[in-house]
Amino acid sequence: MRNNIKTEEALPENTDAGHETTYTPPAASFFGYQYIPAERQLLHSFISNKLVLGATILFLLCVLCAVFAHWISPVDPLEQTLSMRLKPPIWYSEGMSPYFFGTDRLGRDVLSNIIHGLRISLTVGVLSVALSLVIGLSLGLIAGYKGGFWDGFIMRAVDIQLSLPLIMVALCFMVIFGQGLGKLILVISIAGWAEYARTVRATVLSIREKEYVEAAHALGFGPVTIMIKYLLLNAITPILVITAVQVPRVIILEATLSFLGVGVPITTPSIGLCIARGYQVLFSGSWWVSIFPGLALMILVGCINVVADWFRDALEPRSREQV
Amino acid sequence: MWWPTGFAMRWNRGHGNRYNMEKLLQIEDLKINFDMLVGTVSAVDGVSFHINRGETLGVVGESGCGKSVSAMSLLQLIPMPPGELISGQAMFEGQDLFKLSKEEIRKVRGNRISMIFQEPMTSLNPVFTIGHQILETIQLHQGLEKKAAKEKAVEMLRLVGIPEPERRLQEYSHELSGGMRQRVMIAMALSCDPALLIADEPTTALDVTVQAQILELMLDLQKKNNMSIMMITHDLGVIAEVADRVIVMYCGKIVESADVRTIFHDPLHPYTRQLMESIPTLESNQGRLKEIPGTVPSLHNLPVGCNFQPRCARAEAGCRLKKPSLKEVKPGHLLACDLVAEAL
Repeated sequence: MRNNIKTEEALPENTDAGHETTYTPPAASFFGYQYIPAERQLLHSFISNKLVLGATILFLLCVLCAVFAHWISPVDPLEQTLSMRLKPPIWYSEGMSPYFFGTDRLGRDVLSNIIHGLRISLTVGVLSVALSLVIGLSLGLIAGYKGGFWDGFIMRAVDIQLSLPLIMVALCFMVIFGQGLGKLILVISIAGWAEYARTVRATVLSIREKEYVEAAHALGFGPVTIMIKYLLLNAITPILVITAVQVPRVIILEATLSFLGVGVPITTPSIGLCIARGYQVLFSGSWWVSIFPGLALMILVGCINVVADWFRDALEPRSREQV
Repeated sequence: MWWPTGFAMRWNRGHGNRYNMEKLLQIEDLKINFDMLVGTVSAVDGVSFHINRGETLGVVGESGCGKSVSAMSLLQLIPMPPGELISGQAMFEGQDLFKLSKEEIRKVRGNRISMIFQEPMTSLNPVFTIGHQILETIQLHQGLEKKAAKEKAVEMLRLVGIPEPERRLQEYSHELSGGMRQRVMIAMALSCDPALLIADEPTTALDVTVQAQILELMLDLQKKNNMSIMMITHDLGVIAEVADRVIVMYCGKIVESADVRTIFHDPLHPYTRQLMESIPTLESNQGRLKEIPGTVPSLHNLPVGCNFQPRCARAEAGCRLKKPSLKEVKPGHLLACDLVAEAL
């Protein structure tokens, strides 16, 4: 990451700066390091990192596929054409034209299922992370700011929540309340709020002792103003980082639950369900039914992870040295 | 001869006359305890003092003697628990500050009583422009329109001597130097024309030259608004420069209180005397610096009798018997030392 800011250009040529009225920092390089203005550093580190750039483009493609799934997917993902059962991908001699990645046991198009499945994965990922963020953020903020009883109460709840495996909690809930997209989102976010609450509280505790918070108290600002404008906004960096890291986890969790048959109903195209279906015919030679959805999931999660890692490094440079 | 370093002393600033002054703040018998894991400590133990309108009160003392705690308690800024107000009242503009509700005290904070802190480097919120912060403070207490508030903010920044205030409003705190940040803090604190400014070591973190400018600025603004200042510091040079009256604190108690001239020229309490003697001088070529022997006793186990007795140069057996109380030994001169008081 260090050579991000290393210059590959020669020193800029001497330009006539006589007409300049305002001072602009020199674009010259010192000891091979290029000067980049603070507001452009994030963008620069983004563009100069080819891996992150590639991952972002791939991720955006996934998002586009998900958003325009209805227009992109060649056929309806749920349409069963029994005469076209277990067709291999199109480059095999038995492959058929609209079924690019082949079909499953009931003649459903694998590619269309992947495209629609991405849509479900991203919806669940974004919505449940947003929901658990809201819950965890408010509770963590209250715990860190109020202290005393509320701190103890909320943090013990966090301890209990964190001592239960996420997947077990989700599994129990889904078994009890049945399948459904809305229920799935709700369950995942209820199971995941504790991580946010703990991070927010820890950050708030360190910020609360800063002089500007004390000064804000002394200037007569109310608790809500201080919590939002002083504590929350200064704690935003770790929150953003943990959010970016949580999205792929939640996507995997959704796929896992769907694979186990307790996630979305089987009438919904989901990557987890696709993999589960292919798993039954995997060893009879029809590998494409679960391999392609698996690859799609891997690419999606991998891209988000790469971008999230870069994001963390860019926002918290010190974490680079620790890891 | 002792002489505080750094500043020219200015005795007569025109409003130091204690005889025809109206009391702005009267604190009676303030006692604050802190509940710690190892036991309860008494951080402020029966402190009474007053501040007149337009006057600067200097509060001196070593670290942990309760000077900041007494100041913070005025605005109810001490977290309770672990803090606990045992007794005391603070009459300010006809109301007892300790009896105000949370909403009422918030209207006093930053409006009638303002406070500036030691660390200007971290006293501003890093995520907002300084303009936003000043505007927010003005709008909070004065209910001005945004445009009027902005004019007021520019005016305040100009008043505290910040060049190009319109441009500075757009800047973030990391773009300013330490002295500039302290000026911005002062501008924020004074934007609502407070009657009392509590300055908790406002210049400790600054260079000596910037320190002088900031003190000069505070005194100028004080004169303009007829504001009172409570200056908390352990820097005797600062006290000599700005204060009209001085309170010397030791282990949560006031040991001596007099006008600044008396404190520096004719101190009575052994602690004050030993403090004054420990100021290094330019003239004499002394070897080792003079010091007060020993260390400040822990608040957990205070010595028997007078708190200062183990370190006192004049201590006698009688000092171990009872805690001396604060008595007026001369007009306007309060002293908490029975030994010296009897000798007078």
